[in-house]
Amino acid sequence: MAKHTLSVLVENRSGVLSRVAGLFSRRGFNIDSLAVGVTENPEVSRMTIVVNGDEYTVEQVSKQLNKLIDVIKIRELENSDSVSRELALIKVNATAATRSEIIQIVEIFRAKIVDVSKNTLTVEISGSTDKVEALEDMLKQFGVKEIVRTGTIAIERGNKYIKAGNTEE
Amino acid sequence: MKLTGAQAMVKALELEGINIIFGYPGAAICPFYDALLDSEITHVLTRNEQGAAHSASGFARVTGKPGVCVATSGPGATNLITGIATAYSDSIPMVAITGQVSLELIGRDVFQEVDTTGATAPFCKHNYLVKDVRELPRIIKEAFHIASTGRPGPVVIDVPVDIQTQKLDFNYPEIVEIKGYKPNYKGHPQQIKRIAEAISKSKTPVICAGGGVVTAEATDIMTSFAEKCGIPVVTTLMGIGAIEGDHPLNLGMLGSHGVFAANYAVNRTDLLILIGARVGDRALGTAEKIAEKAKIIHIDIDPAEIGKNVSTAIPVVGDAKLILEALSSVIQPGDTSDWVKEVKRVKAEKLEKPKAGDKDTVNPRLVISLLSERLDTSAILATEVGQNQIWAANNFTAKRPGAFITSGGLGTMGYGLPAAIGAKLGSPDSTVVIVGGDGSFQMSMPEMGTIKQSKIGIKILILNNSRLGMVREIQKNKYNRRYSQVFMNDNPDFVKLAEAYGFQAEKITADSQINAALDRFLADDSTYLLECIVDPDEPTI
Repeated sequence: MAKHTLSVLVENRSGVLSRVAGLFSRRGFNIDSLAVGVTENPEVSRMTIVVNGDEYTVEQVSKQLNKLIDVIKIRELENSDSVSRELALIKVNATAATRSEIIQIVEIFRAKIVDVSKNTLTVEISGSTDKVEALEDMLKQFGVKEIVRTGTIAIERGNKYIKAGNTEE
Repeated sequence: MKLTGAQAMVKALELEGINIIFGYPGAAICPFYDALLDSEITHVLTRNEQGAAHSASGFARVTGKPGVCVATSGPGATNLITGIATAYSDSIPMVAITGQVSLELIGRDVFQEVDTTGATAPFCKHNYLVKDVRELPRIIKEAFHIASTGRPGPVVIDVPVDIQTQKLDFNYPEIVEIKGYKPNYKGHPQQIKRIAEAISKSKTPVICAGGGVVTAEATDIMTSFAEKCGIPVVTTLMGIGAIEGDHPLNLGMLGSHGVFAANYAVNRTDLLILIGARVGDRALGTAEKIAEKAKIIHIDIDPAEIGKNVSTAIPVVGDAKLILEALSSVIQPGDTSDWVKEVKRVKAEKLEKPKAGDKDTVNPRLVISLLSERLDTSAILATEVGQNQIWAANNFTAKRPGAFITSGGLGTMGYGLPAAIGAKLGSPDSTVVIVGGDGSFQMSMPEMGTIKQSKIGIKILILNNSRLGMVREIQKNKYNRRYSQVFMNDNPDFVKLAEAYGFQAEKITADSQINAALDRFLADDSTYLLECIVDPDEPTI
């Protein structure tokens, strides 16, 4: 089953997140990740929802989400036509012996060291899910103490944009 | 105009044209009830909040306007919930108002506090927790708009008690502007053209009419369309009344509890035209199998219903009435005369008029069919849920949409009696009959008190087999006759019980007594309870 990314504009009101989350559990849909933040219009928030499922599931998710009064607009983003990113903070064991090797790996990934202590390094990485997972994989050998990941956020390429009004393109 | 929140709530209801509401007071809704004393709105005090919600639903079904029910916080709200879910399943317009604990106490688990908006979210069309008294007018306006437009449904407004006492400048908005809610009524012309082409080509088309036809008031246009094109019509449980019960093209209810002719047609059609029907499992449990042989057209106002339970060849989203009007103007009817002849023949062959027997029990089919013959066009029949519901559905001839009131989707026992109360109050000149089993009747039995207090006449027909008949039947057929908790051997004396409320009542135990009993049952407009003793082995179908 493929991953689908939905960009959902919602009213920026309390209770919206629980309605959306409730709908997923009620209808038996699985959320891979969900990220919420306010848009350029403070009355409107954007949820980026990654769903794992077939065409039927994605169609149902979209239609059922559309039925929620607080949901303003939904668009499925094609991978080829959009840019998606997630952010991760990875705290990894680092000794005097391993520190420079870790820093080298971090540089290859164009990631950043954001905190350092005697025994640890904290790495910040942003990128596609694959890139984040690849770095995590490389750092495992040193002993990963903690990982914090955001959900995926995504935006369409080029002139297209999704707005709460009727403006598109 | 400076009003308190409670006064604003009452004023908004008046401005919405609401003259009757159903409810039950409590501490957290007291300011509202205080303001209600200064209003012309009639309040019907039910015996349980669930009754208030069901009555509001019955009222909405006969008036087409949102029914309003009111309850206090906590248990008041949770008692409403079954009624809200029932209305949601059947797309009934309703506005439910609940009291809530003071805003600053929310989340502290104080006395009679529950998360009403959280609890009702999965089965209401929308809900609101009012956090600022100034928002009340907008919220109430939106609630009525959402409840009654598009695919109708219940909307819940949860109002903390302190919000009800705070003051606001009252201005009731005239228009509603909700970014995420714009129902589509007009069907896409291209899709309508495709439907017309498919119907012209079809040799054996069938229309499956659901509750959406009743809601959209599309009965007349659908009937004339079916006549014009020669298309037999089957109905779902909610679609009963969508076409006149004894119309020659009406084959009756389809599905697992439906009639032979309807299922015969659906299983042989090459084009199934679903109109306002959501392909529920009881109606079209084998929808995908039908879709293998037949093309499916789906007309529905809710886009989410299309493709949910069956793959659809031609979907069109919109209002059934508008779409059928558009279709009628472009259709070139094909020749379906052989098909119509065939299904009419099957219908005639399989038609079994219930006959009187000489047992010491009453044939439930016979009593409903004889009752049906006596009722005029304005009459309303409400049912409970169980065997009584199916006996009623298949033996009552609905002469118009809205004549048959039943909990189709959720299958809520205890729905019928309070729904009948709401129906009677919404349509005072109609004879309103409630058909119930001994099991389901007892779920809302205290609502007899509401009937008494409201001074209305309801005809209560109890089909008493001292069993939970439909569950017993499942246990008989699927659980090797291991009967578990389906016996109601120590039922009360229903006649005496009705008499305790001051109602006339009688019990009959044979088919030969039916006609005379129905004479008395329907003699005047007062409440009358007729108990019919039914053989526990009487099957549903």
